[in-house]
Amino acid sequence: MSPITTPPVAGANDTRALIFAFALMLAGIVIAPFALYPVFLMKVMSFALFACGFNLLFGYAGIMSFGHAAFFGSGSYIAAWTVEALGFSPELALLAALVGGAAIGVVFGYIAIRRQGLYFAMVTLALAQLLYFACVQAPFTGGENGVHNAHRGAVFGLFSIESDLAAYAFVSIIFLAGFLLVARVVHSPFGQVLKATRDNEARALSLGYPVMRYKLIAFVLSSALAALAGGLKAIALGLATLTDVHFSTSGDVVLMTLLGGIGTLFGPVVGAVVASSMWEYLSRLGSWVTFIQGFIFVLCVLAFRRGIVGELAALFKTKL
Amino acid sequence: MSSAAPLLTVSGLKAWYGESQALHGVAFDVREGEVATLVGRNGAGKTTILKSIMGLMPRATGEIRFNQKKTLGLRPDEVAALGIALCPEERAIFASLSVWENLLLPPTIAGGGFTIDEIFSLFPNLKERRDAGGTTLSGGEQQMLAIARILRTGARLLMLDEPSEGLAPVVVKQIAQTIGAIKARGFTILLVEQNVNFARSISDRYYVVEMGSIIDQCTRSDVEADPARLEKYITV
Amino acid sequence: MTIFGISVVLLLSQLLLGLINGAFYAVLSLGLSVIFGTLGIINFAHGALFMMGAFIAWMLLEWLGIGYWPAIVLSPLIVGAFALVLEQVLIRRLYKLDHVYAFLLTFGVAMMIESLFQNAFGSAGKPYAVPPSLRGALDLDFMFLPYYRLWIVVASLVLCVVTWFAIERTSLGAKLRAATENAPIVQALGVNVPRMMTLTYAGGAVLAAIAGVLAAPIYSVSPHMGTDLVIVVFAVVVIGGMGSIKGSVIAGFGLGIIEGITRVVYPESSSTVIFLVMAIVLLVRPRGLFGRTS
Repeated sequence: MSPITTPPVAGANDTRALIFAFALMLAGIVIAPFALYPVFLMKVMSFALFACGFNLLFGYAGIMSFGHAAFFGSGSYIAAWTVEALGFSPELALLAALVGGAAIGVVFGYIAIRRQGLYFAMVTLALAQLLYFACVQAPFTGGENGVHNAHRGAVFGLFSIESDLAAYAFVSIIFLAGFLLVARVVHSPFGQVLKATRDNEARALSLGYPVMRYKLIAFVLSSALAALAGGLKAIALGLATLTDVHFSTSGDVVLMTLLGGIGTLFGPVVGAVVASSMWEYLSRLGSWVTFIQGFIFVLCVLAFRRGIVGELAALFKTKL
Repeated sequence: MSSAAPLLTVSGLKAWYGESQALHGVAFDVREGEVATLVGRNGAGKTTILKSIMGLMPRATGEIRFNQKKTLGLRPDEVAALGIALCPEERAIFASLSVWENLLLPPTIAGGGFTIDEIFSLFPNLKERRDAGGTTLSGGEQQMLAIARILRTGARLLMLDEPSEGLAPVVVKQIAQTIGAIKARGFTILLVEQNVNFARSISDRYYVVEMGSIIDQCTRSDVEADPARLEKYITV
Repeated sequence: MTIFGISVVLLLSQLLLGLINGAFYAVLSLGLSVIFGTLGIINFAHGALFMMGAFIAWMLLEWLGIGYWPAIVLSPLIVGAFALVLEQVLIRRLYKLDHVYAFLLTFGVAMMIESLFQNAFGSAGKPYAVPPSLRGALDLDFMFLPYYRLWIVVASLVLCVVTWFAIERTSLGAKLRAATENAPIVQALGVNVPRMMTLTYAGGAVLAAIAGVLAAPIYSVSPHMGTDLVIVVFAVVVIGGMGSIKGSVIAGFGLGIIEGITRVVYPESSSTVIFLVMAIVLLVRPRGLFGRTS
């Protein structure tokens, strides 16, 4: 049984809707820094990319990982550390984060893929906790203090991103690249097989598809994107901390995706925007934010499973 | 036979599995003390009818009356409490329970059921194997157990879904005899069968089910007079 | 005296500590396992229910002067009642869906409960005194064995045995076991399965709450005491085999002891050793030690 019902086959209307939504998102990215703090926006885009990667696994492959903070946090630490200790330029640091995340994804995925459904979620949670404790003790993570970067550096050694606006442009480009990659994968033959497996694994197997391998590939792709997102956050904010690798971050990305709309392209982005705004503007409520977050979780699961974008898509009878 | 209203009346029964409609307005009745049989090919909808009566269908409309009470919309355990019992096609003997536990699983809902001693005299091998795991029994013994456990409860209408399926001829004969003994006690039986010979040895009336509807009905004497009457619906 | 260079006293005291932790792992994974077996859902709120058990015992003492022994009966009853309502009002709506949603719901509920307690009582741990009747220790030559810790191990074993007996040897247990295999047919045979599921969830909660009261005097009572523990318990359940009582108990105690030994031999790994064992078990025997191939 899959978490989401498959929307009807995409038609010309749907492509128009997707392009319109993309244009809207692009416009938003261009205009936003004039109204809101670029650093906040960069954090939002990092989370949005994180959620897009997570949604590839959860929404399209139908696999829920409850330990994705392991990848986000690893990417964050790898990027921050390579900049700080090895003097990497930002694009190399991101590349390192991506590769590192993918490598951990291969290991975790290989172990976890042996079980399905809820077991899988539990195993990923436990493996992520393993990584968390390893990070608590490892010297290079700086423990409670985290890893600080004094400078952001220059892309390719040429384009300085020390100024917030320049960094914002860099982050936006990477985010859009990641988003488009996810969109491409979802609409590719590989993506179709993933969706088929999500809806009816037995049938996909009987049709001869190497289901386990495809699931593992999806998992690794998703973990790589999550790590890239973590690296992006570290570079933008100049900081990698234990929170990035804590299981509450795993819960956060699930909430973002659920709230925004599982199995939609723009859902994770909307979810990241809404959740980040909530955390930012409600932060004076202290630990009541956690209560509200839990409440939203409960509400979404009971009555709002399609999420914001999912409901919009259903309203306009299209796919988003 | 009873002169009162039928024990079970089904009218206008429609049922769906998700989007696909499995029953298209089924209507029939079962009189107290008789053995009524639903015959038909694989996939005709016979099991779906039993499931609808038991309250196991996700979506069903129409009317079902048992002992004058409407049952559509009740939970399965509420339907059972009224006096209807199901012996499912897959038998559903529980592996993690012993034979004895399987036998005692359904709660007693009324008096008049078989006592344990009566059940053991009807099914001696169940007595021997009472502590064995439920699924360590042979197919035939599991079928006996599935029938035995609903005899205990005091249910008046027993619904048996393909009790002879996959069993050796000598076992099938035993089951036919058992059903005869049950009927002699005054139970009412709604039988689903593809094996027409088996059905012929015990049934009083037949309803032919095809593509989710009842397309013919006949009595025991009709079939005795013209055996081919049912054959034509079964042969592929 | 030493074995392999490690003092025997240190080893034994860590083994005892490990056995205690193992007792909690066993009781909590037992509850999780039973809930999963019957309801098919993984109850992330299990840690929060454990914490509530401890906190209510503390509240009973602080506010009403009600001591440990009444609390070990009252607190689980209160938590059980809460769980009953939770299942009826929220969780039950999700059985028809993919069980991932029930997992997420219990995660959200756990967040809400933890946050409530944090706002009410702060993050710091609250002390709860060992009950007077269990103070003191047994004087074995090579170490002291505190009576309370002995009590924990004994109580946990009793809970495990009682739960095992209830499930394997009673007719209610037979109904539970049958429902694990084929709930719709069990209901068709006349058993009120929905009510049984509610009671099972409440029963699991009661087990968690009793563990909470047992834990109060030795782990200080704090809103977060449940969450970190529950993730370890997930790993224990995966190792033991989901839905297996034997698996939960053996894996629980066994992993507690392994953790204790690790703490002596290789302390840096003590918080991660259980997860490492889980990874190995998954590679070698995915269904866990006593799990069924489904």
